[in-house]
Amino acid sequence: MTDRPHPPGDYPVVLVGSGPGGLQISYSLSRLGVKHAMISADENAGGMFRKWPFFQRLLSWTKPYAPFAQGTREYERYDWNSLLPEEKECRALMCSMMDGTSYYPSRPEMERNLVAFADRTHVAVRYGCRWTGTRRDGERWVLETSDGEYRCQVPIFAVGVAEPWRPQIPGIEDAAHYAQTRPAETYAGRRVFIVGKENSGFELATGFLQWAKQIVLASPSPTKLSITTRSLVGVRARYVQPYEDHVLAGGVLVLDASIERIERTGKTFLVHTRRAETAAELVFEVDDVIAATGFTSPINDLPKLGVATVGRNKLPAQTPFWESASLPGVYFGGTIHQASPGLRKHGMPSNSGGVNGHRYNGRVLARQVAKKHFGIDPERPVVPRAELVSYLLHEVTNAPELWHQKSYLARVLVRDEKRGIVDDGILPLQSFLDSGPADAVAATLEENTDGDIYPVLYTRRGGVSAEHDLPPHPLHDFRTRDHERAVVAALEGLLA
Amino acid sequence: MRTAPDDISDTLAGLAIFADLSRPELERVAHTLEERYFAQDERVLREGLSGSAFYIILEGEAAVMAGGKRVNTLGRGDFFGEISVLLGEAPVADIMAARPLRCLVLPGELLREFLQSNPRVCYRILVAEARKLANATRRGG
Repeated sequence: MTDRPHPPGDYPVVLVGSGPGGLQISYSLSRLGVKHAMISADENAGGMFRKWPFFQRLLSWTKPYAPFAQGTREYERYDWNSLLPEEKECRALMCSMMDGTSYYPSRPEMERNLVAFADRTHVAVRYGCRWTGTRRDGERWVLETSDGEYRCQVPIFAVGVAEPWRPQIPGIEDAAHYAQTRPAETYAGRRVFIVGKENSGFELATGFLQWAKQIVLASPSPTKLSITTRSLVGVRARYVQPYEDHVLAGGVLVLDASIERIERTGKTFLVHTRRAETAAELVFEVDDVIAATGFTSPINDLPKLGVATVGRNKLPAQTPFWESASLPGVYFGGTIHQASPGLRKHGMPSNSGGVNGHRYNGRVLARQVAKKHFGIDPERPVVPRAELVSYLLHEVTNAPELWHQKSYLARVLVRDEKRGIVDDGILPLQSFLDSGPADAVAATLEENTDGDIYPVLYTRRGGVSAEHDLPPHPLHDFRTRDHERAVVAALEGLLA
Repeated sequence: MRTAPDDISDTLAGLAIFADLSRPELERVAHTLEERYFAQDERVLREGLSGSAFYIILEGEAAVMAGGKRVNTLGRGDFFGEISVLLGEAPVADIMAARPLRCLVLPGELLREFLQSNPRVCYRILVAEARKLANATRRGG
């Protein structure tokens, strides 16, 4: 542990966490020239991918062969797992780590991808440095750590959502959490009750299919499948096998019921449940109970300082720029961004809970911190008027930020009296609508419940917003005459 | 109002529109709805924008804004957004958080199924709508 970077001291920014969220933000801050210390309690990069998913394969895909070449911006749409450096030789790193057996990388492959990113882009992390407490000292924040005190103007916490969380069910403390699941073969011939019907519960059930004597999955609300929600909220197709077993009456039971209490009786458990529809009681005698009830974020003492939390797993409530909604100046990174839901138009969630979504947020966050707190505002290019329409249609057809973060991130163009039309970059759509520039347009992609994916332009004229939905296209290629005409009509008198 | 309630079902049980639900029904509803927190002055519902949702206030205060003016104030147990969802039209007013606001949210697309599968909640909502209509009629609006 010699020559560890970033010793305790005073820094403009202190960034906590060395998972994909922290790595992307650190990289992006460095590119903008924002000096910062990055600390992590872990021994190396990777965050949760150093140990999970339990069955060692990811849910997010990377396609080595795609319509665009690896390393191009357009290719990112097909690669959900690489981080986003600007150096060409460091892009699409995930592909080079995969052995070809699946388009879902294995956990060790993902871990190697993140370690390689940190090494090759020279993200410096002080590992083995645990954040233990926080306080305010005048205008500075003080982070107490196992190595000493760090002071900063802006703290960013990218500490993941991987701390086991259990609901308040009597007796659940006797159940194992997902995080404590044993090797699958140790469940051979046993009756297993899984509390929770989301991906982690179905992942375990899938792994137990060939071992367990009986599998019960239960929670109060019905199972949602990703192919019906059309989002990453819902059980992913890879884990649907136990559900098929259930509907074919093969032995797996998927139950809509509240869990009233869990009772330990010697070597077995009695799980008392009540059906949601009939209120009838059902009691299961099982050998193992596993709480696949999700995770929370280890945000330490931040709630005591005024960070409001939200939801069952108490994640920090955030603004569209991922700042605490109740304690200004405190920012969050990585998968915690799922608690900054944006507009959720037509109920569609963002992908901020996954690397494919929050990697883009991280770049936007770094730029926002640089601009708001340190006066660093990168050059914004001018878009020639003649290229305006084709540029917008190219973006909605190919921009990976818009495809991965539908109705959440948008390409923003602004009318500047002196320079003409200026590209303001990728920004949170919500911030554009509520506090964006007076005369501007934001281009995004949206999806409705019929499954149509279509571009939307939001115009602001004199600060008043209007929505212009463009038609969908069967191949998602919006570079058509009809779309050109629709863009021209939407921008009339504004930018065009 | 800094942290989320430990058990959303307990909070729901205290709200008028959920008063008739049994414990398992409350738990099911709690799992269906999503909790959101809005900072003071943050916009919750946007006039003219499609694809909105149904909101139930858990804590705090919301202002109904029309033509730039505050025309109504909503508090704990009140709900909004259902009219635009039921009519399939964009909201005709902005709703802002007048103070820090904690709400439960149901995406508009799920409201119909939610009301059909929870007829006792549906009845309570209908009563509240009738009261709003009666008050509006009394005011001459």
